[in-house]
Amino acid sequence: MTQGVLVPTPSAVPVQPHARDHNHTHAIARNTGRALEMDWVDGIRINLSAAERRVASLPGRRTVKKDAQAAWLLKAITCIDLTTLNGDDTTERVKRLCAKARAPLRRDLLEALGFAGRGLHTGAICVYHRFVRTAVEALDGSDIPVAAVSTGFPAGLIPHDLKLREIEASVRDGAQEIDIVITREHVLTGDWRALYAEVRDFRAACGEAHLKTILATGDLKTLRNVAKASMVCMMAGADFIKTSTGKEGVNATLPVTLAMLRMIRLYEERTGFKIGFKPAGGISTAKDVLNYQFLMKEELGREWLEPELFRIGASSLLADIERQLEHHVTGRYSAFNRHPVG
Amino acid sequence: MSVAHYYETMEYGPAPEADGEARAWLKRHDATFGHFISGKFVSPASGRHLATIEPATGKPLAKIAQGIAADVDAAVAAARSAQAPWAKLGGHGRARHLYALARMLQRHARLFAVLEAIDNGKPIRETRDLDVPLAARHFLYHAGWAQLQEREFADQVPVGVIGQIIPWNFPLLMLAWKIAPALAAGNTVVLKPAEFTSLTALLFAELAAEAGLPSGVLNVVTGDGAAGALLVENPGVDKIAFTGSTEVGRLIRQSTAGSGKSLTLELGGKSPFIVFEDADLDGAVEGVVDAIWFNQGQVCCAGSRLLLQEGIAETFRKRLIRRMETLRVGSPLDKSIDMGAVVAPVQLERIKALVETGVKEGAEKYQAFGALPAEGCFYPPTLLWNVHPSSTVAIEEIFGPVLVAMTFRTPDEAVMLANNTRYGLAASVWSETIGLALDIAPKLQAGVVWVNATNLFDACVGFGGYRESGFGREGGREGFYEYLKPKAWAGRKARAELPPLLEAATEGAGFGAPSIDRTAKLFVGGKQVRPDGNYSRVVLSPKGKHLGEVGEGNRKDIRNAVAAARSAEGWARATAHNRAQILYYLAENLSARGDDFARRIGDMTGASSAKAHAEVEASIERLFSYGAWADKYEGAIHAPPMRGLALAMHEPIGVVGVACPDEAPLLGFISLVAPLMAMGNRVVAVPSERHPLAATDFYQVLETSDVPAGVVNIVTGERDALAKVLAEHDDVDALWVFGSQEASTMAERLSVGNLKRTLVDHGLAFDWYDRAASEGPILLRHAVQVKNIWIPYGD
Repeated sequence: MTQGVLVPTPSAVPVQPHARDHNHTHAIARNTGRALEMDWVDGIRINLSAAERRVASLPGRRTVKKDAQAAWLLKAITCIDLTTLNGDDTTERVKRLCAKARAPLRRDLLEALGFAGRGLHTGAICVYHRFVRTAVEALDGSDIPVAAVSTGFPAGLIPHDLKLREIEASVRDGAQEIDIVITREHVLTGDWRALYAEVRDFRAACGEAHLKTILATGDLKTLRNVAKASMVCMMAGADFIKTSTGKEGVNATLPVTLAMLRMIRLYEERTGFKIGFKPAGGISTAKDVLNYQFLMKEELGREWLEPELFRIGASSLLADIERQLEHHVTGRYSAFNRHPVG
Repeated sequence: MSVAHYYETMEYGPAPEADGEARAWLKRHDATFGHFISGKFVSPASGRHLATIEPATGKPLAKIAQGIAADVDAAVAAARSAQAPWAKLGGHGRARHLYALARMLQRHARLFAVLEAIDNGKPIRETRDLDVPLAARHFLYHAGWAQLQEREFADQVPVGVIGQIIPWNFPLLMLAWKIAPALAAGNTVVLKPAEFTSLTALLFAELAAEAGLPSGVLNVVTGDGAAGALLVENPGVDKIAFTGSTEVGRLIRQSTAGSGKSLTLELGGKSPFIVFEDADLDGAVEGVVDAIWFNQGQVCCAGSRLLLQEGIAETFRKRLIRRMETLRVGSPLDKSIDMGAVVAPVQLERIKALVETGVKEGAEKYQAFGALPAEGCFYPPTLLWNVHPSSTVAIEEIFGPVLVAMTFRTPDEAVMLANNTRYGLAASVWSETIGLALDIAPKLQAGVVWVNATNLFDACVGFGGYRESGFGREGGREGFYEYLKPKAWAGRKARAELPPLLEAATEGAGFGAPSIDRTAKLFVGGKQVRPDGNYSRVVLSPKGKHLGEVGEGNRKDIRNAVAAARSAEGWARATAHNRAQILYYLAENLSARGDDFARRIGDMTGASSAKAHAEVEASIERLFSYGAWADKYEGAIHAPPMRGLALAMHEPIGVVGVACPDEAPLLGFISLVAPLMAMGNRVVAVPSERHPLAATDFYQVLETSDVPAGVVNIVTGERDALAKVLAEHDDVDALWVFGSQEASTMAERLSVGNLKRTLVDHGLAFDWYDRAASEGPILLRHAVQVKNIWIPYGD
């Protein structure tokens, strides 16, 4: 959807689809943020059972097969933030991952799918600050941005001024996207003003770099908390809202996604700004990612299937997509060792 | 279309479900079917077949047999001869069969799902994910009741041969809802599926026989409405269970009146979908999708009347319209759609005509954008805005994907609008405030209420209507009773005809001081009132002695009594403790005047003093019993397979007319009025015509026992004439008639106006002293209707 809700004139006039702009290369107007509006937070109601029913019925209502499925999976590749966030990460490890981001799919498969020469690549590379410069250099000449997790990832409990300095350092090193973690305490105690102020500062520190706010939904527990935190982060200037660090007990889920997408829709209705969404953690199969894509398209529209507004934080998802695409091409089930690792 | 095309457009593309197996099954039968009787397909006696079409394409699909009387007779005979051995098999034996049927459905799940989608036009998603699994669940659940029957229903016996007539909207699921409890309880069945959609029933019967179901236990006779009517009228059928239109339900009620056949009717609805301003609005929008765009809106309990609190109405409208844009209508076998085809051209025309009427009457129409398939019976998801309670489309059941919307200001107004309908099948309430949601649910006149949900079903939760949406329940313990009858009522004999009373010659009175005249009036609205006509009738002893006079009630007295009963609604909301106290108090005050009542009974009936005292004592004890039951005949908490629960509440039926028998003039009266009072009903009682003075003497007991005005109203007079007025009164919710077979027939036949629940004795005598036959749950079950409130929870 490219604009807020249009209300058609009634009587005998069919509901018009929103003018859908399929040319997704245009820039999305960046969220400027706005003053904290407590009514927008207090008015949020979300019913867990109803949300669960919606997502439970969706895979039965939408599916893609054959060429359409291959296309959707190729699209998913372009939305992956190929991620390594481990204590044992090294420079060489990160370089290897960057090489995979440039060439996510075997050449013969790209050719068979008619995608050779398109320069298909993942959405981004996502690393700790220490490896930002390495990644930027390794990706030189590609269009692939580097995202840095920041602000004391994953717990986010280092001093506030250190968080700001960490963001600034990553931006200086060439990170174009900053994945920050929020202070969960602000949500759990309902201190929305503190959350707003925190994220506002992060946004200012980002400058031109895009701000992705990780809510750590597994820590927030209720969909109500998730929805309220989403709305506050968007008001504070988030470009993306993101589910998880991948380190919580529960990572991205479809109900949580639904709650966040509804807030994105509402924020757009109210401000006109389109906010991106990034589920992270636990999406490891092609089947999983398709369900997220269906939810994006159904709840937000076609535009939210592109990397400008949709990213998937994943490390092992790509390997499964590669196998599925090989099956699509050859008709034979594939194996992991047939695809180069990242 | 290439990968690149889809990559650019991100369209879904076609995703057809294979239908080879289902087509092969049709081909094996040359797409021509007989009836299924005694375990095998048999050619129709008429030699005639009906063509059925595939709604999605309009093409011919199969030919089904047109049933005539000979076919129905053969099927009923087969069911009759199988019934005794089937019952004798015992609970465990039947449980094994029911279990095998559940497994059979699971084993052939996809075949049933695909065949159903082809035959009915509904999406494969719904048949695969809802209809078939839920059908299997019903067999499994009822295998359980068969297993437990001897222990849990020891005082009940099977009804016998059941005729079941099911609709076309959920052909297989309705089959399961009907035959699973019937067979589990030890009955045998003749099933008449809808003529549009008979195929899954025939497949089921065939596979059930293969799964070892004894022949004759389940018989399927196909054909049009005439075949159904033959089944209804067949004297070999002991009970009719019908799901379908209210119109046909009425005809069945009339046609079975007086036959002694028991009856359950699951009929139409115009169910409200109420959204309060504190609801999860996006969740409620999805709820609307499930309410009215499920099964193309061809759902008897579809939430078809959207009631929105004014403050959020505009927001909700915008969100709903936006949601409508993404609904996809297409081939039922496409796995990427939300809605399939309407069942038949005749339904499509009806929907179109009603929507046109709606627009003409001022509704604003919104329809989902998006191409419909060029051929076949398709209709787009539709919202009619700016509709008022007086609009045709707000009153009539459309039975299509058409939602009408209205607004309300306050919770009270929401309840008023929700209940402003003849129907009472289901309702959906959306609010995030627990106090509000749980306050509204009991106030809705509906058999099923979903809180923050809609169209949830399960075998353990009774389903069925209030008012003109029918009576009886399917599912749960409450539903199992519909296929059983009390052992204690099995041996009843026809009531002996009483000799006419002749007035003896009046002896001249002497000069002693006369007793003070006591002419009983009527008891209406808590007051003794003169009868409207100002006539009275004489009450005689068996010897013809003049015992007194009572008011001659007429139509207007009944009207006044019903109005008084209606306005005593507070009794339904009184606490059970309060009602219990009043019943005990009645017993106390009756006891205080026990000798007077015994003398009166003796005078009227000629009973010995001992017998008359025994009747008074039994009446006191009965009042105690219902005082006891008042706060103990409770509902249940069902455990459907979800995070949440369903509360099966026992709610009063409302205003109940009672025509009392002549035998045991006090005990009979108390035995019928007390259970109704205990459960919160208000009563208009017509006492024994011959011996009314026990009831009229009871006015003073009522007056001294804190019974609120209007809870019990007593109109004396010509009993059957007054019962007829009650039967024809559309504000009377139920009618109990104890007396002659003619009165029973009349009551059942005339109850169709508002489809009131009836309990009649068909002229069979009751032993009011036999507690097993005349006290407790055996009557309390008829004094309540079960409302199931679904409460999913979680945060």
